[in-house]
Parts: sequence; structure tokens; C-alpha cells
Amino acid sequence: MSQAAAAHHIEPAESPLTPENWGKLGMWIFLAGDAMSFGILLAGYAVMRSTSKNWPVPTDVLGIGLTAFMTFLLICSSVTMVKGLDAIKRGDQGGLVKFLGLTVLGGAIFLGLQAYEWTHLIHEGLGLTANKWGAGLFGTTFFMITGFHGMHVTGGVIYLSIIAWRGSQGAYSAHSCNAVEIAGLYWHFVDLVWILVFTFVYLL
Amino acid sequence: MAHGHSRHAAHHVNYMAIFWWLLALTILEVAAGYPSSGPAYPHMLKGLLLVIMAVTKAALVAMYFMHLRFEKVALGYIAMIPLVLCVFVVLMTLPDF
Repeated sequence: MSQAAAAHHIEPAESPLTPENWGKLGMWIFLAGDAMSFGILLAGYAVMRSTSKNWPVPTDVLGIGLTAFMTFLLICSSVTMVKGLDAIKRGDQGGLVKFLGLTVLGGAIFLGLQAYEWTHLIHEGLGLTANKWGAGLFGTTFFMITGFHGMHVTGGVIYLSIIAWRGSQGAYSAHSCNAVEIAGLYWHFVDLVWILVFTFVYLL
Repeated sequence: MAHGHSRHAAHHVNYMAIFWWLLALTILEVAAGYPSSGPAYPHMLKGLLLVIMAVTKAALVAMYFMHLRFEKVALGYIAMIPLVLCVFVVLMTLPDF
């Protein structure tokens, strides 16, 4: 190996546990922990709903049409995210910034729609501790779970905006785009969680 | 060095195909979830259909968008841990159901 190559790249030890990229491993470990946070909220919700005698039927109270569109929106934003990563892997900086911008836009619209949905439900009488449709915990679990997820989307929008900005400044290239891949992992996780929330909180 | 790069470069995923699958599954989920459960549509059946579809969608996002299908197996094990633990949590709280 030439001096230049040796200085540029450290050969990793090849074992099944050695990651190619420590940052990626770090993000996966973080996401595994974060998944537990959501998992525990959903498990708690499952127990409280099963033991409740007057839990409202979600499809009667919640706006399924709007949230189905929100689900579609997040799925689209995952596609634009992955296309952005694809672009920078080919060295296309403009493509990266464009697709990241679209991803951020998708996330921002999602948040706007969530805010609209929350306002509408609060106005109709869904509260944190009580509501007119039945068990008070329905509102509690709804706001806690969707709110916790919404916070993650907000964080993701900020995170991806920073990555997009840095991308526009030339921080990433075909050989140096791990940061984009790692940010993408976070964003796909947020989409994945929403798929589960939409199923268990809105549809079931 | 080269073989480290080629492992990732070789996998070209058809992201749009995954998107269409996700869209189709979302539409099917709404179709299965929207009707309230009743005598003709037992809650257990509704739940089963929804869980299967949701897990499939989640798996598609994890395997293809998050690239787990092409990563080292150890990463897959890390990703599976929360799933196992959450099932465990639900099972352990079953007496309260």
C-alpha cells in the first residue's frame, strides 16, 4: 500500500462485529434505544386500552383520511431521503441538496398537518386527561404518543436542514457521505415508527 | 480498501418499487382498519391483518431504505433487540390485560 493510501485509510479488522462505519453503528444503537422508548409507550397504551371499559373507537373519533395522507407523506419523504443519499454517492451535490430539501419539506408539512389535527381534536374536546367520548386515557395516550413522535420529526427536520445546508457548502462527496447516510437512518426510523403509530393508535 | 467499497456499491435497490409496495400496503391497511370491528368483522381478525401489514411495511423500510439487508448481520441483531424486548414487555404485562 502506498504512503498516501495508508495515511488516508486504516484497514479495519475483519470480524463479524467490526462495523465499517462507527458512526452508523452508533446511530443504530441510539435508534434501538429510541425504539424502546416508543415501544414502551405503545405497550403501555396496549395495556391501558385492553383493560378499559369505555375506550372510544379511534376510527370514529380521529381523522383517518388526513392521517393516511400524512403516512403517505412520510413514506414519500423516506424515498426522497434515499434518493438524496444515492445522489451524493454518485457525487451529485445538487441532487443531494434538492432531495434533502424535499425531505425536509415533507417533514415540515407533516408537522403542520399534525398541528392542524391536534387543534381540531382539542377544539372538539379531546384533552390530556378527559374527553367527551369515553376513557380519559384515550386522549392521554393519543397526545403522548403522537406528541413524542412529532418531537422526533421536529428534531429530524432540524437535523436534515443542517445536513442539507452543509451539503450545499460542499461538505460531502462520493467518498465522504457517511453523515448523510447516518441522518437518513434517523429519518427512516421516524417514518417506521409512524407506520406503527398509525396502525396501532389510529386504525386498530 | 476496494472490496470494502464494492460491497456497498454492488447493491442497487429499486427504491421506487419499495415505494409502490408501501403505498399499496398503506391503502390496504386503511381499507382493513377503517371499518369498525363487529360481528361480521372480529376485532382479532382486524388486528391480525393490521399487524401483518404494519410489520411488512416496517420491514421494507428497515431492510431497503435503512439498508439492513446489505449490512453485516451484527447490525441486524442490534436492530432486532427492541422488537424482542417489546414483545417481552407486552407478554409480561399480559396478566394486567
